[in-house]
Amino acid sequence: MLTRPTLLKILSTLILFGAWEIAGRIPVSYAFPTFIESMQALARMTFDGTLFVAYGETLKPLVIGILISTVLGITIGLFIGLSGWFDWLMSPIFIVMQAAPLAALIPLLVMAYGIGLTSKVFVVCIMAMPVIVLNTSSAVRNTPGSLKEMGRSYLASDTEIITKIIIPSASPLIFSGLRLGISAGFIGAILSELKITPTGVGDIITFSRSIADYPSMYAAIFSIILLAVLFLNLLESIENYLFEGNNRGYVSD
Amino acid sequence: MSQTKSAFGQAASLDTEHAVITRNICKNYGAVEALKDLSLEFPRGQLTSLLGPSGCGKTTLLKIIAGLLEPTSGEVEVNGRLINGPGPNRAFVFQDFALLPWASVMRNVAFGLELRGMPKSEREAIAENYISAVGLSGFENSYPHELSGGMRQRVGLARALSVDAKVLLMDEPFSAVDEQTRRKFQEDLLGLVQNENKTFIFVTHSIEEAVYVSDQIAILLPRPSRVSEIIRPRALHGKDVSNIRRDPEYLDIVDQIWASLRSYVE
Amino acid sequence: MKVGNIQLPGMSSLLLWGLIWEIVGRSGLTFFVPPLSEVIATLFSVIGTPAFLTALSETAYAFFLGVFFAIVIGVPVGILMGKNRLADELLLPWVNIFLSAPLTALVPVLMVLFGFGMKSIIITTTLFAIWIIILNARAGVKQINRSLVDMAKSFLATPWDAFFKIYIWAALPEILGGIRIGVIRAVKGVIIGQLLISIVGFGALFELYSSNFLMGHFWAVLIVLFAMAFAVSELLAYLERRVSYYAATR
Repeated sequence: MLTRPTLLKILSTLILFGAWEIAGRIPVSYAFPTFIESMQALARMTFDGTLFVAYGETLKPLVIGILISTVLGITIGLFIGLSGWFDWLMSPIFIVMQAAPLAALIPLLVMAYGIGLTSKVFVVCIMAMPVIVLNTSSAVRNTPGSLKEMGRSYLASDTEIITKIIIPSASPLIFSGLRLGISAGFIGAILSELKITPTGVGDIITFSRSIADYPSMYAAIFSIILLAVLFLNLLESIENYLFEGNNRGYVSD
Repeated sequence: MSQTKSAFGQAASLDTEHAVITRNICKNYGAVEALKDLSLEFPRGQLTSLLGPSGCGKTTLLKIIAGLLEPTSGEVEVNGRLINGPGPNRAFVFQDFALLPWASVMRNVAFGLELRGMPKSEREAIAENYISAVGLSGFENSYPHELSGGMRQRVGLARALSVDAKVLLMDEPFSAVDEQTRRKFQEDLLGLVQNENKTFIFVTHSIEEAVYVSDQIAILLPRPSRVSEIIRPRALHGKDVSNIRRDPEYLDIVDQIWASLRSYVE
Repeated sequence: MKVGNIQLPGMSSLLLWGLIWEIVGRSGLTFFVPPLSEVIATLFSVIGTPAFLTALSETAYAFFLGVFFAIVIGVPVGILMGKNRLADELLLPWVNIFLSAPLTALVPVLMVLFGFGMKSIIITTTLFAIWIIILNARAGVKQINRSLVDMAKSFLATPWDAFFKIYIWAALPEILGGIRIGVIRAVKGVIIGQLLISIVGFGALFELYSSNFLMGHFWAVLIVLFAMAFAVSELLAYLERRVSYYAATR
């Protein structure tokens, strides 16, 4: 049974891809392939394995970087939220990092760590971590006082207050920080593949551009955006599974 | 001595007597019947309360009279004319005041006139009058967030008065202000009904408030929503305002209404 | 943070970090981190140079135009989505996708479509900023108090009046919040665009400094850039707080 929202989603997809197809057929530019051509290229790269090899490369710095940022970011955020001293010491760094265009550090990272995996992991980390830290720390800091007092009045230990009250109560905002962090991590991963050395998906994009194989280039870009969206949806299901009944945290950046 | 009549007890005589008449109003939200076949008459120059437990559709009825909601069927007549949406002959006072937070008291009070395209100096002169009438002189340039809840509602009241509508629709106007302020408001409202030649329709869930301020009380019951009875505590208003709350008749009416409502309260 | 009875100001720990930087720089631990004092000295000599001023003006130009388009397109689209259910349902999935999509991947497309110049950088900037602006404007319109809408109707406001005298003002705090986040994203977008397209602005400057191993220059420009980005974001946060009283009375 098709409900109105599903129907409109299909309609809106058709409109966008239809517009892409038409724009490609006119064509608006020699470098603008049709939707169908791009999808054919995507299918071809999927079946001959090119895409899987490429994502094997791309996902390495991305996954390592996101894992480091998640673990380190949430830990630092917890400490900042719980300790006034740590807050004073560390918060300004992350506040500045959050506002600053950290991509500008890339040339420096390349000089310091070369063009290998380390630099790329670094790029993902500096892009993803600030928002994870800041969201975690502000969520922890703003745990409702009455909840903590309730815990104390029922004789909970400090550890219990942290694990059973503060973290669950902060979890919606932590997860919204993770969503923002991961999407920034994707930006960083692609940026490093385009900027530092063309590997993985960045290599497909750069190479197919250089030989004017535009359908493949668009297909690769389409696939990475799709992957990012799927990844974030997966995270959302994980959140729903772990913390049933979380309200969506308000998006802040 | 209070008169208790059924809703249809009196034949509808023609309309110099009634400012607002609703006939057979039905309002459905999907399968839910919010109002069913509701007919009521609102005497000109008097205050009629719509009283009932929550969910009885009293605010829905008020918004239909205001023209803010479309009835599923039935009609509303104001001053002998069927209404078709909001009109300049009615002004609404909101439960949550509905003030513009970015505008001064002066602009808020004059806002209804501003929307009618009246020139600035003219509308501000009128607004000034009503600002002092509700006792807010000196606060013309304040902003809503600088005022207390009671003062905010005075702004809302002044705005409704300044457009000079003949019918004033008040949706639980005092429910968001504290008890003392509310009592003062109720006294002021009695004066307003007496001095302004306007028809007031007043939604409330407080029995005491309804009996205190009303010339006529329509008691609405839920599931399905209907008018259960009309009470006219008019005789009270001949008496000294400061003694009403001690009047045995007042207490009788309050008790009587509670007796008929209590079975509907969860 | 308190030491004794003295409240330490919020960002004062940056001084401590500056000191650590200076010590690390002086210890000669790494070639990539010259002492802060040296960097600051370089900073003053760099700021006046034509290369820096060109980079700054080119970046500012791309940034302001990018933000301008993001606001001028984003706010009306967001308001439309908030008021019109069909538009909302058609557009919302795409706005959400582009909000979190790795937009860097689109830069090569912009490069082949719009050339290796200013145009592509401006579009990159707009693309980074616009989605959150749309979403917040939409949220702002969606949360407008029902009573304000009824009030406008009961006074027979024209759609024009209702829009310009009520809706846009009632949604202002959210719209400003969206613009603040959008602007922060635009700063990142403009730099990413310049790094990838890299023949103009700071992108070119960074290439120049890093290929000549001018570490002092590099850090000096970074500091200026970060400080400006931070100042912009704080300024907008300040403006946003100015209208925060709305929330109480709306």
